[in-house]
Amino acid sequence: MSGLESLYQQIIVDHSKHPHGVGLTQGEETSHQLNPTCGDEITLALRWNDSGDRIESIGWEGAGCSISQASASLLASLADEDAEAGNAWTAEQLQALIDEFRDALRSRGATPLDEERFGDAAALSGVSKFVARVKCAMLAWVAAEDLLQRRAR
Amino acid sequence: MTAAPLTSAEIDALRAQFPILSREVNGHPLVYLDSAATAQKPRRVLEAERSYYEHENSAVHRGAHTLAAEATELYEEARRVVAGFLAVDEREVVFTGNATEGLNLIATAIGHASTGRGAGADFPQYALRPGDEILTTEVEHHANLIPWQELAARTGATLRHIPVRDDGMLDLDAATALITERTRVLALTHVSNVTGIVTPLSAIVPHARRVGALVVLDACQSAPHIELHPRELDVDVAVFSGHKLYGPTAIGVLYGRGDLLDALPPHLYGGSAITTVTLDKAHFLPAPQRFEPGTPRVAQAIGLAEAVRFVRDIGIDRITASEHSLAERLISGLSAIPGIRVLGDAAVAPGGRVALASVVVEGVHAHDAGQVLDDQGIAVRVGHHCAQPLHRRFGATASLRLSAGVHTTADEVERAIEAVAGIRSFFGLTDEGAA
Repeated sequence: MSGLESLYQQIIVDHSKHPHGVGLTQGEETSHQLNPTCGDEITLALRWNDSGDRIESIGWEGAGCSISQASASLLASLADEDAEAGNAWTAEQLQALIDEFRDALRSRGATPLDEERFGDAAALSGVSKFVARVKCAMLAWVAAEDLLQRRAR
Repeated sequence: MTAAPLTSAEIDALRAQFPILSREVNGHPLVYLDSAATAQKPRRVLEAERSYYEHENSAVHRGAHTLAAEATELYEEARRVVAGFLAVDEREVVFTGNATEGLNLIATAIGHASTGRGAGADFPQYALRPGDEILTTEVEHHANLIPWQELAARTGATLRHIPVRDDGMLDLDAATALITERTRVLALTHVSNVTGIVTPLSAIVPHARRVGALVVLDACQSAPHIELHPRELDVDVAVFSGHKLYGPTAIGVLYGRGDLLDALPPHLYGGSAITTVTLDKAHFLPAPQRFEPGTPRVAQAIGLAEAVRFVRDIGIDRITASEHSLAERLISGLSAIPGIRVLGDAAVAPGGRVALASVVVEGVHAHDAGQVLDDQGIAVRVGHHCAQPLHRRFGATASLRLSAGVHTTADEVERAIEAVAGIRSFFGLTDEGAA
């Protein structure tokens, strides 16, 4: 696989063209993240269950490069899959995922994402060799982290 | 245009002077088409800076030892070289950090004049107050927009904009109508950093002259490509960045009409810019020292002077002639690709466009498009190029910009056009239904 093909794996191109989890509800709490250098934008919401301890789904809207949009789509998709399997994330679990995701993306290819944990989102491992694109892939995850931090305050 | 374009042999000889052009990127010979963001540096510029540090390095305009005298002489010689390039007086040349700083310098100085600070009896004519207007254009780089937004906010003046047409040309009828007795400053670019189109100054500046407005020119994208003689263009202020003219980073030039600079107060305060200082008050030197407080950018100015000599040795008229054919090929080659939209595709007369083009690739974000080119060793700029309002006007958030330099060959332009043509298919998009 060439460098470029490892960045733009089919899963990523598919998610950027047919994104998952797009749509926000009026009035729900969101985090808006902007990458001023390229104009990528993500507005994201965490939807909690009634007792407020597990995330049922993630909704988002955005515009930007395929990496930023696919990454948001893959995050929303992963949240859904885990919730459907009865493993909806707690705040701590999501934070741990975000930390692991960030470490892998900043590793310059040294630490790939664990496919067991990240599923299709593990395809984003290829981004870590493209330092200029790490911010694109992080955008949705930073939005999720921002919401977790607000909740903890 | 009478000058002859550079021959391929001449371009090859020029290329040999740029060490970076011999490197490979992602397994391909580097094709550097990002000169509008920053130009590469010929060896002689690097050597001029190095030589200064090795032989004369010292504090200028202070101290009486031999090195200090030699450093001062080199620094002031650099100013004379730049003044010669612009065909202006050396005391009208202020060294700044870059063009952004130059534009902030003039806007801040006008702001200070508006609060009653200035020199002699002349400065109040430059003061702004509510009811006055500052006029810019819709094509400006943020650096020639935000300082004026802030100046308007500080003084109560109103900021207006000359609109741009769909084809990238400024709306000259609107410009004529917008320039009125209320217009006190007209700030506009010489060449758009997005479309490469040269502003028809002779159709706009006389109107500003008629009403006595100060004319400020952003010459960043013109200085490396076409003749820049502020007096002939009849502008009061012109700024450019050294790093786009094959010079070092962290050096820029502000040309200001002598009497204007002498009337305006400093934008920053400190040593070197003063005559007498007491505990309560300072008296300032005339320009240019008034606007160069603190230890100046000596090595960078010396490097820039060498870059100016480099351009002068080639001949700016020959560079213009050479780049004209590259500009035409860029526009025609890119326009012909299905699914590619050139921003500002107006047909212009020879000399009406520098070798620069920005495109939107239908269905592919500029960042992704640029990645495909980088994979082939082709360096281009992606994003909004610090011109968000113009991109919004063109219905785009970002674009891919290809910009040539003196070392760009026709083959490189062809390689880049071919690479752009392959972007949509890489992402699985077909030409069906594409514009």
